[in-house]
Amino acid sequence: MNVTLRFAWRNLWRHARRTWLTASAIAFSAALLVFMITLQLGAYDMMIDTSLRVYTGQLQVQRSGYLDKPQMRSTVPEAAALAAELRAAGFPAVAARAQGFALASSGSRSYGVPVSGVEPKYEPLVSTIPKRLAQGRYLREADAYEAVIGATLARNLKIKVGDELTLLGSGRDGSVAATIVPVVGIFDSGNPELDRHLVQLPLAAFQEVFSMGSDAHAIVLSGMELRELPKAATRARALLPADRELVVLEWQELLPGIEQAIEADMVQNWFTYIILIIVVTFSILNTFLMSVLERTREFGVMLALGATPYRIGSLVMVESVLLALLGLGIGLVVGGGLAVYFHLEGFTFPGMAELYAQFGLPGRIHAKLSFNAIAVGPAVIFLFTVVAALYPALRIRRLAPVEAMHAV
Amino acid sequence: MTEHTVILRNVSKVYRQNAVAVQALTDINLEIPRKDFLCLSGPSGSGKSTLLNLIGGLDKPTTGEITVAGERVDQLGKGGLARLRLHKIGFVFQAYNLIPVLTARENVEFVMQLQGRSPAERGAKAREILQEVGLEGLEGRRPGELSGGQQQRVAVARAIVSEPSLVLADEPTANLDSKTAENLMQLLVHMNKEHHVTFIFSTHDRLVMDFSRRLIKLHDGRIVDDEKRGAGAVG
Repeated sequence: MNVTLRFAWRNLWRHARRTWLTASAIAFSAALLVFMITLQLGAYDMMIDTSLRVYTGQLQVQRSGYLDKPQMRSTVPEAAALAAELRAAGFPAVAARAQGFALASSGSRSYGVPVSGVEPKYEPLVSTIPKRLAQGRYLREADAYEAVIGATLARNLKIKVGDELTLLGSGRDGSVAATIVPVVGIFDSGNPELDRHLVQLPLAAFQEVFSMGSDAHAIVLSGMELRELPKAATRARALLPADRELVVLEWQELLPGIEQAIEADMVQNWFTYIILIIVVTFSILNTFLMSVLERTREFGVMLALGATPYRIGSLVMVESVLLALLGLGIGLVVGGGLAVYFHLEGFTFPGMAELYAQFGLPGRIHAKLSFNAIAVGPAVIFLFTVVAALYPALRIRRLAPVEAMHAV
Repeated sequence: MTEHTVILRNVSKVYRQNAVAVQALTDINLEIPRKDFLCLSGPSGSGKSTLLNLIGGLDKPTTGEITVAGERVDQLGKGGLARLRLHKIGFVFQAYNLIPVLTARENVEFVMQLQGRSPAERGAKAREILQEVGLEGLEGRRPGELSGGQQQRVAVARAIVSEPSLVLADEPTANLDSKTAENLMQLLVHMNKEHHVTFIFSTHDRLVMDFSRRLIKLHDGRIVDDEKRGAGAVG
């Protein structure tokens, strides 16, 4: 082993208890960060996955510009056929959807609501709404004239399963779109916005009422791993007919609010983490200042022997790196172990399952294992540790050999 | 013409302590030839250690010129002084001042590492010099596991191993019993002869003075006597 390394390592153990205490502080903060960050990223994935699963889906094929300006005439031509092609290409969950707007009435009450035409056979693959029926059943036949509506809307319209719902809107060609359909189911999706407004009809019935022909407004894709989505989007783009101005949108474009919420949460959490790291950094700074002060005489001798202040400062820096690596090594083992355990078993606490079930969320958060999730926290601690050691290392530059050798 | 390791011309040193000037050395003129074995003596506060520090490049004179191994010490910057100390000057201290976490061999190797020598050369040279100072078999011991005399031998080995022109020894026998001190002085005489190194001691110890070939007495920062003693009273 290099003499400097050996020298630095042995210097650490001059005060074994102090070294262990400092290493423990580094280890504790590293373990905590690894555990918290992997759990936090796991929670984000769960949040994204759950949000997308309710209704939006992971990817959507739309006519270019429809997302910003959702007009009836911006359609995906031959949507059901294109959805079938995507299914045949190996995408696990694909369903076509059409969107319109209508005045929904029942008795004396009316509300303006978005109306969605869905493929009853495939919609359960891309949305959790079909599974979250509070009353009645979901849509069955593609061309049946029937509807399911959100629980809040049903309450507002004072409508129940079996009652008739009148829809009055305008079709793609500007004609009047009007129909009366029986309500066969009332869903409680956990998403207040959907429960307050949404009406779903079978796609064929929607196309008929709204003069859509065989067009729809979106093909929703889902059922993939989040990390595979960019590749899946590229693959889907390659399958689209070039002449129809179609685009594949990823979830970040479809639901930008989720990403913004995650970023805001991440900033808030990192604020807490940085405070923790700063506290640990001061403990390290204290250790190194003590270590340098009590060795002033020895540094004076080294200067007399011909060592430069830079060389001695480097020795102190090597000591800080070794101490940081020792603490981080222990922290990574403990934190990584916890992360692996909670990745496999999931993290929960009493009552969490019941609480999360109200929002359609799973009752356990699975820690996310990735290089970044595990390495970022310890890397920041390492950086702070090295910066903390810079101050005592730079103080050595001011030492004069004669004064230093007379230090007590 | 005599080759001189150290030349001092009109050297003075004034310390400032709380705005009070303390004249530590006044107008010192001195020429120390190569291979000399010289002792600086005098009462406490006479300026022995200050003179040793100035010659060793650990401090700078207020006025005057100091030349060591051909280099003007008073004109060198911090880096130049460090280089001079590393390559031209060895130090032996009263309290040994070995690095406690390094073994005897590593303490000796440390200076060679600073000089940038290869690990193989360092290892061979350290073994050789430790054998020469009589510490064969003790190379792996740390300072805390060695007696005072053994530690001072390690310090001598460390001072010599860099192949300096000059070794400065500040009260090298002060912490040793008389027998150990005599053995150490015999070792230093041997080093002086074998390695052709100039030795300058600062001491109160009669034994060290007896071994010296030249005895310079200082008083109140001035040289009051410069006695040349041939081959040294004992050595």
